[in-house]
Amino acid sequence: MSDQHTPAAVAYVRTETLPELPPPASEAGLVKWLRENLFSSIPNSILTILSLWAIYVILSGVIPWITNGIWDASNIRECRELLNGASGGCFAVIAERWPQLVFGIAYPQDAYWRPSLAFVLLLVAVAPVLFSNLPRMLLAVTLVYPFLAYWLLWGGSIFIPITAFGGAAIGYMVYTRLVAQSFAMGLLGGVVAALLAWWVFGFITDNTRGVLALEAVASRDMGGFMLNMILGTVCVSLSLPIGIVLALGRQSDMLIIKWICVVFIEFIRGVPLITLLFVASVVLAYFFPPGTTQDLILRVIIMITLFSSAYIAEVIRGGLAALPRGQYEAGDSLGLDYAQAMRLIILPQALKISIPGIVNVAVGLFKDTTLVSVISMFDLVGMIRGPILASTDWSGVYWELWGFAALLFFIVCYSISQYSQWLERKLATDHR
Amino acid sequence: MSAISDETAPAFRLSMLINDTRYRSLTFQAIALLLLIIFMAYMVNNLISNLSAAGLNISYGFLDDPAGYDVNQRLIEYTSQSTHTRAAFVGILNTLLVAFLGCVTATVLGVIAGVLRLSGNWLTAKLMAVYVEAFRNVPVLIWILIFGTFVTLSGGPPRQFLGDDPERSMFLGAFAFTNRGLHMPSIVTGSSAVAVIMIFLVSIVAAFWWRYHVKQTLYNTGKLLPGWVFWPILIVPAILTQLVLGNPIGLEMPDTTANRFNIQGGLLIGKPLIALWLALSVYTGAFIAENVRAGIQAVSKGQTEAANALGLRPNRTMSLVVLPQALRVIIPPLISQYLNITKNSSLAIVVGYADITATLGGITLNQTGRAIECILLVMLFYLTISLLISAAMNVYNKSVSLKER
Repeated sequence: MSDQHTPAAVAYVRTETLPELPPPASEAGLVKWLRENLFSSIPNSILTILSLWAIYVILSGVIPWITNGIWDASNIRECRELLNGASGGCFAVIAERWPQLVFGIAYPQDAYWRPSLAFVLLLVAVAPVLFSNLPRMLLAVTLVYPFLAYWLLWGGSIFIPITAFGGAAIGYMVYTRLVAQSFAMGLLGGVVAALLAWWVFGFITDNTRGVLALEAVASRDMGGFMLNMILGTVCVSLSLPIGIVLALGRQSDMLIIKWICVVFIEFIRGVPLITLLFVASVVLAYFFPPGTTQDLILRVIIMITLFSSAYIAEVIRGGLAALPRGQYEAGDSLGLDYAQAMRLIILPQALKISIPGIVNVAVGLFKDTTLVSVISMFDLVGMIRGPILASTDWSGVYWELWGFAALLFFIVCYSISQYSQWLERKLATDHR
Repeated sequence: MSAISDETAPAFRLSMLINDTRYRSLTFQAIALLLLIIFMAYMVNNLISNLSAAGLNISYGFLDDPAGYDVNQRLIEYTSQSTHTRAAFVGILNTLLVAFLGCVTATVLGVIAGVLRLSGNWLTAKLMAVYVEAFRNVPVLIWILIFGTFVTLSGGPPRQFLGDDPERSMFLGAFAFTNRGLHMPSIVTGSSAVAVIMIFLVSIVAAFWWRYHVKQTLYNTGKLLPGWVFWPILIVPAILTQLVLGNPIGLEMPDTTANRFNIQGGLLIGKPLIALWLALSVYTGAFIAENVRAGIQAVSKGQTEAANALGLRPNRTMSLVVLPQALRVIIPPLISQYLNITKNSSLAIVVGYADITATLGGITLNQTGRAIECILLVMLFYLTISLLISAAMNVYNKSVSLKER
C-alpha cells in the first residue's frame, strides 16, 4: 500500500489548510447586527422606522432647547431678548432660584450650610446600611445621624439632641440587660427607662436653652427639595418598624390583634394619600389635646408614616407568607419562643424576600411626598407652582422648571431602584 | 415521681395569665383591646372638647343646602342652586369617568409598551425601556402638572374653525381642539332607540352562545365550526334595525356655522379632563407595561416549544398556551393599577377637574367649614370603591388559581 504514495499516483493534494475566508458581509459585524435586531422582518423594519422617527421628533425638539439654553438672565423678558426668537430653554430660572428650589423660601440664607451638611452626612449614614462591605464603624454615624440631622436642620440647643440620644441609649442598655429573660420584658423595660431618662433630662434642656445653640428654624420655614428629602427619609425609616409590627399582627393567631391590624391596613390602603393629607391639615388638630398646637410638618409626618407603614406591612406579609412552613416549625421544634423565632429565624428571611417590595414602596412614598404641595406646603413642586411661577420675573417658564423637578426625582428614584436590583442579585442564594 | 400522678389541673394563679401559653394570648388581646379603647376614648374626648371650644358640632345637614358654586365638566344636570349632595354626585361621576377612561387607555398603552419592550427589535425595546423608566421614576403629580400645562397652552381660539370659510377645518369634520377643550360629536337618541339597544343586547347573548356552541362541538365531535361568525351575529342585527327604523341613534356634530363666537352643539370635553386623563394613562401605562412584561416572561419557554412541537400555529400558541398562563400573572397587579388610577385621580384638584375630592373635599369643605364630615365622606367613597375592586379581584384569583391537591 505504501508504494501508492509516489508523486505520480497522486493527482493533487493540498498539504496545508486554506486560510479561513471572512464571513459574507451580510453575516458579520454591524450589518449582521442590524439585520438581526432591526430589520429581521417587514413589521420589524416598520417598527424600526417608527422608532427612529419618534427619536428624531423628540431629539429635534429637545436638543436645540438645551443647547440654545440661557443660563444667565435675571428674568424671563431678558431671557427672551437674549434668545431673540430662537427656540431655547430659559434655564436661568434654575440658576437664579436655586436656593429656593432646594431649601424653600424662608430658610435663613446664612444657614444653608446646615441642610447641605445634613445631606452629605445622610449619604455617609446610609452607606453602611446599603453596602455591607463598608467598615462597620460607620454604623456609629448612622446611629447618631437622626439626632444630629435634627439639630442641624431645626437648630436650637445641642443639649436637646444629646439628651434625646442619651435617653435612647439608656433605654437600649436596659433592653439588652433584660432581653435575656424575655423579649417583652426587655422591650417594656427599655421603653420605660428611656421615657424616665427623657423626663429627667427634660430639666437639663429647659435650663440650657441657648447653650451651644444654632439659630432655630421653624418647621414652616422648611421647603424645597429639602422638604421632600426630610419627609421621604423620616417617613420611610419610621414606617419600617411599624410595618413589621402590623404585618406580624396580621399573621397572628390572636383574633382581636389580627382584626385591629387588618382594619387599619385595609382602611389606609383604600383611601388616597391626598385625603390623609387633608386629614393632617384640617382634621387632625381636633384630635390633639385641647390647647396644644402641633406644627403642620409633624402632622404630615404622622399621616404619611401611617400611610406607608400599611403598604410596607403588606409587602412584609407577602414575605412572611412566602416562607416555607418548615421554617416556622423549625423554630418551634428548637424550643424558641415567638419573639426569638421571629427575630432569629423568620424575619431575617422574610425581610430579605421583601427587599424589592420595600424599595418599591420607598420610591413610591418619596414620589408621593410631592402631594404636600396640595395642602399648601412649599416643597419642590409647591415652590414651582407657587412663588416661582407666580412671580412676575418667571411666570411662563414652565418646561424648564418642570423638567428640572422631574430630573431631580428621576435621578433619586432611578438610583434607588438600580440599587435594589443590585442588592437582589447579591442576596440571591439560589444556585441558578 | 410525683409529676406522673399530677393529673388534676393546677389551681388558677394570677401569674398563669403571663406564663401559661393557654392564657397568655388572651391576656395580650385583652391588653391590646383595652389600650385601643383607651386611645379611642382619648381621641373622641379631645374631639368633643375641641369642637365645643370652637362652637362646632358634627352634622350632615349642610348637604341639603344649595352649593352655590358652578361645575364645568358634569355628567348630570347641575346648577349652582343644586344641593351639596348633588355636587358630590357630580364629583363622584367625574371621578368614575376619568378613572374608567384612564383604565382603558392605560391598559392599551401598557400592553403595547410591555409587548414591544420584549420584541426582538433592539431600538424599539430600548425606546420602550426609556418610556417606562422615565414615567415610573417621576411623581405622578409632576406628570399631571406637565400635561396640564401642555394642554392649557395648546389649542387656539375657536374663531379659526368658525364661519363658512374657516382658517382650519375640523379633523374628520367632527373633532376640533380649541382653547375651550375638545369638541367632538355627541350621541343623540331618537324615540325608537330602545329597540336598537334591545336587539343589540339580544345579539350579544346570541353571539356568546355561538362561541360556546363552537367550543362544545369541537370538544364533543372534533368538528371545528367557523368561529368568526361571532362578529356578524354581534353587530349585523343591530345595524339592520338601525337602518330599518331610520337611524334612531345618531351623532350630533359640532356646528361651526350657527354662532359667530363659538362652536355650538356636540360634546365638549374640558381641558382639565383631557390633561388628567392623558397624565394618568401615560403614567400608569408605564407600570402596566412592566406587569405585562413580567407576565409574559413568567411563562416558561418550554410551554411555547411544547405547543410548537404539537404543531400549533403561532397565533394559536399565543391564544391557547401563552396568554392564559400569562394573564394569570398579569391580571392581579393590573387590577391594583386600576385601583391606583382611581386613587391618583384624586389629584384632579391641581388641574381644576371637578372630581369628588375637588367638590366635596374641596369647595364644599371650604364653603361650609365642615372638614370632618366632608373628609369622612370622601374617604368612605374611595374605601367603598377599593373594597369592591379588591373583592372582585379575590373572586378572580380564586377562579384562576392553580388547582393543587
